[in-house]
Amino acid sequence: MSAPRIRLSDNTRRDLGFAALTAALFLAVTFAFPGFAAPRNLAGLLDDTAILIMLALGQMLVILGRGIDLSIAANLALCGMLAALFNRAFPEAGIVPVFVLTLVAGGLLGACNGLLVWKLRLPPIVVTLGTMSIYRGAIYLLSRGAWVNENEMSRDFLAFPRAEFLGLSMLSWLSLAVAAAFVVALQRTRAARDLYAAGGNPEAANYSGIDPGRMQFLAYTVCGAIAGVCGYLWVARFAVAYTDIALGFELSVIAACLIGGVAIAGGIGTAVGVVLGCLFIGIIRSSLPLVGISAFWQMFINGAVILVAVLLSARQREFKRTILEART
Amino acid sequence: MKAASLLRWESMLALVLVFAFVFFSAYSPYFLNVDTLSDATFNFTERAIVALPLALLIIAGEIDISVAAIIALSSVAMGLGSANGVGTAGLIGIGLGTGLLAGCINGALVTIGRVPSIVATIGTMTLFRGAAYAVLGDRVLKDYPESFAVFGQGYLVGPISIELALFILFAILFGVFLHRTRWGRVIFAVGANPVASRYSGIAVNRYRFALFALTGLFSGLAAVLLTSRLGSTRPSIAQGWELEIISMVILGGVSVWGGKGSIVGVVLAALVFGLVTFGLGLMNIPGIVLSIFTGLLLILVVAVPALVNRR
Repeated sequence: MSAPRIRLSDNTRRDLGFAALTAALFLAVTFAFPGFAAPRNLAGLLDDTAILIMLALGQMLVILGRGIDLSIAANLALCGMLAALFNRAFPEAGIVPVFVLTLVAGGLLGACNGLLVWKLRLPPIVVTLGTMSIYRGAIYLLSRGAWVNENEMSRDFLAFPRAEFLGLSMLSWLSLAVAAAFVVALQRTRAARDLYAAGGNPEAANYSGIDPGRMQFLAYTVCGAIAGVCGYLWVARFAVAYTDIALGFELSVIAACLIGGVAIAGGIGTAVGVVLGCLFIGIIRSSLPLVGISAFWQMFINGAVILVAVLLSARQREFKRTILEART
Repeated sequence: MKAASLLRWESMLALVLVFAFVFFSAYSPYFLNVDTLSDATFNFTERAIVALPLALLIIAGEIDISVAAIIALSSVAMGLGSANGVGTAGLIGIGLGTGLLAGCINGALVTIGRVPSIVATIGTMTLFRGAAYAVLGDRVLKDYPESFAVFGQGYLVGPISIELALFILFAILFGVFLHRTRWGRVIFAVGANPVASRYSGIAVNRYRFALFALTGLFSGLAAVLLTSRLGSTRPSIAQGWELEIISMVILGGVSVWGGKGSIVGVVLAALVFGLVTFGLGLMNIPGIVLSIFTGLLLILVVAVPALVNRR
């Protein structure tokens, strides 16, 4: 049992380092532009980053188990369209059924990925590349290519993510709640420890009675359910649903995970790291206009940050992994 | 056994191709026309040209997600060159050179930096596409010299476009290289078992680097063709192509685990892709519906052998 403890402390050390870096970035921007730290501005920053945080946490589960979910944005878009169509058909139903619907639908879409990976042992990247196309196409079939616009959405439906409580939007609160749940669950639940074990070394996990495939299935299902609910939140926040919403967002979500220190090879990553990764992206995004750099630089900076992050973590991992298994 | 099942997959693709061909000619009187079919090839030639080196890379057990971003970066570089008065020959040099350089960066990250290729190329994808946006913003570059248009719009003989001719030429070259030379055998070996390959004296990393560079170079070539055909460059050029090109390769029967695949399969998959896109267009079915078909096919490609091997 000493191995997990060592890894845990490594994680904590890396998270602390990254937290210091994020804080330094934040302070630097605040120092140059005192208005940046205004509560109003920070609330906006969190609101802009909230959906990314939730999606990246879901994606982290899948990556921890040595999978990847390229269908996450298509799942979000499909569930968002479902939510919008449901709301149009039953405007008086309120938002509780919308939440249940998107949670279940998203979970099922995620479970499809998980079943294919678990039962047929298909490569995750191919499975989710395939379902990504299928889910996108399904949105078109569902909506017949039409848009659902703001005037077709009920007031409750639109109001929920924007409703303010103690200065933060409900969307922000929701992302904080999800993040807190992840921090606790990943440390304290047996399922999470099993997932780390399965991702860290599937064969060893198998011998100790953990089915790595089953853990992948669960990770995909949870990730899908999160993506589903985010579909509703996305559609309500931007007040429009159409086939192409969040197109290409899957790679941004994966990028956020990588910046947050999640290892693509599985078994390494923390919820705190991922949230910091998302905030790091958020801070850069909202400070670019202040510094006078065009918003078009955002993507370039993200790319540079990803590369630095993965180059550094590739060096660290090398020492650990070679002892246990051959690098392939 | 492996060769037999691979052969079966290729004959299945060929069957789909014939079936689609017959179906569309029966459905639309406009389909079976040399000029129409010649137009239809523009649907896939640029992507298929990148699919060839990418197939080699995937057979060698690596992947490159940044190909579409390389196309965008090369296109922007050519656009800037053209705006500064560089001639047609110079533009081709800039396009190919940018692609090659980008490919070398990928190769260096994977071999020297020891970053897993999927992570490295997600990073460079963001970096290259980001650079295209950073340089161009919401501008469009479109003052290309007239003679530059020939590569994407010209014809070699009769209905055979220069793009199609290039694709055929490279398909043959890649096929011979992969299936008939020692280097081709080594690529299979590296993909099937990199550790064993290294112990048998193969410079695995040198092969990896060369394949990334090659994929970058051909992405540069695709950028030349696409830019020449469109006559303009936006930073969003070729957006989303990376996943379409990878789908094409996997549809062609190349295993994402490495070590398996053939150029014939990739060529057939490219043809199926182009033909079905075009045919559905004739039937007024939007491309997004095709994506359901592509997605199902993609999963079937890997699911069928998995199901068969289970018994």
